[in-house]
Amino acid sequence: MSKTVLIVGGGLAGTIVANGLCRQLGNELRSGAVNITMLGTTETHMYQPGLLYIPFGRMREQELYRDQRRVLDRRINFFVDPAKHIDVEKNQVTTNGGRTFRYDYLVLATGSRIMPQNIPGMKEAGHWFYDIEGARKLRDALGSFQGGKIVVNVNAPHKCPVAPLEVTFMLYEHLKAKGLWDKTELTYTYPIGRLHALEPVAHWAKPEMDRLGIKYETFFNTESVDPASKTIKSMEGVELPFDLLITIPPHQGQQVIEDSGLGKGGWVPTNTKTLHRDGSTNVFVVGDTTNIPISKAGSTAHFEADVLIDNLSTLIQEGCMARDYDGKVFCFIETGLSSGTYVWFNYTTPPNPGPPSQMVHWFKLAYNRLYWLSARGLL
Amino acid sequence: MADRQTIDARGAFCPGPLMELIAALKLAQLGDEVEVLSSDKGSVTDIPAWVNKVGHTYVGTVEHDGYWSVVIKKAK
Ligand SMILES: Cc1cc2nc3c(=O)[nH]c(=O)nc-3n(C[C@H](O)[C@H](O)[C@H](O)COP(=O)(O)OP(=O)(O)OC[C@H]3O[C@@H](n4cnc5c(N)ncnc54)[C@H](O)[C@@H]3O)c2cc1C
Repeated sequence: MSKTVLIVGGGLAGTIVANGLCRQLGNELRSGAVNITMLGTTETHMYQPGLLYIPFGRMREQELYRDQRRVLDRRINFFVDPAKHIDVEKNQVTTNGGRTFRYDYLVLATGSRIMPQNIPGMKEAGHWFYDIEGARKLRDALGSFQGGKIVVNVNAPHKCPVAPLEVTFMLYEHLKAKGLWDKTELTYTYPIGRLHALEPVAHWAKPEMDRLGIKYETFFNTESVDPASKTIKSMEGVELPFDLLITIPPHQGQQVIEDSGLGKGGWVPTNTKTLHRDGSTNVFVVGDTTNIPISKAGSTAHFEADVLIDNLSTLIQEGCMARDYDGKVFCFIETGLSSGTYVWFNYTTPPNPGPPSQMVHWFKLAYNRLYWLSARGLL
Repeated sequence: MADRQTIDARGAFCPGPLMELIAALKLAQLGDEVEVLSSDKGSVTDIPAWVNKVGHTYVGTVEHDGYWSVVIKKAK
């Protein structure tokens, strides 16, 4: 009987896994011993890191999207039919469209989503760039901004640990170029006692912000936002006024994960090395939706996906797992509109970023294009 | 019934033990306990300091071989 690999979620992790499996299981796909099915929510695939550039007019919306069927290997059965209930006891997934998909191996790759509605007033008064509507609204708000107080507000947990710093430094350059910096007070807030979760990045960011005149407030966990008085208040008791609030809202995993009883907040308890869902031998979790305590980032999703491809194909071909995930994360960091740096670490190696350079910025810009090759599994 | 969950943040460089705790508390119920395992000695002072500042309850810390277990209770 043909073995079915069912992948729920066609974002970065799901797509890399699906394409990688096609590469490794060519013979099995040809003979019909294996089939691969993916469930997604849209016909298009969005390059999320590009959202950062939309408010600054540095990328056009259409550059963010590709037809998912063209990004996927043609041998994958792709359905735009979101999973509604995932039953890991019965090995089946039912969908919004009323279909039932049975599986031998299940890959959960449903990612994470922003939840501004979880903080009173945030949805009404906040701007963000973590989805396309938000990025458009922020582009308009920046377009009409004539000076005043801007707060860049970071909430836990959130994906892409570096985007908040990037947007802050990009804002500085953007406002400077428009001649508005002298009329602006920019304050960056962060949940813990330093400016970034990664210690060396925090050490680098502090003197940079001091030099540029960017203010900051650490130990700031948002309690509420008051749209009427335009103030944001922290659980720690600090209140900041704003004319423009740019927030990185807190995140959760998807509703279907919660509704299926697979993890509180949509985060699936996952083995940090094998990527098995805790308690399952045929369910794997990859990308943002794991509860692994590491950065929720595209690079994490990519490195996890590479391990999963090797393990799943070896399981199918030889009945054993190939290798462990070592916790590797790699991030490019834009330090302005024309310079960048990068940092990597894993479960045992601490991070150590190099000095910012124009070259690294060009690499990141190049990666913005190369993303599609990596999703296809060619990079 | 109050719950207890453990976050194993040993060797977690990013987002790190305190950020994991903050995230977990958002999903916890009043009275639930969260235990954070951390190999970063800074957590021993950082976590209780933050917990007291925002009004949760610091339950205690136990030192193990190369890591610490810090327990707190959601109080608001
Ligand atoms: C503004 C921004 C900037 C970023 N910058 C960077 C960066 O510079 N570097 C970096 O490494 N990372 C960056 N990231 C993070 C990166 O995009 C994510 O971490 C990555 O996409 C995670 O991959 P994933 O496959 O887990 O989730 P996603 O790529 O989000 O994919 C999840 C997929 O699951 C689908 N799905 C959801 N629910 C269902 C359902 N019920 N049924 C079926 N399908 C479902 C969704 O439609 C989606 O396609 C950035 C993110 C943002 C928003």
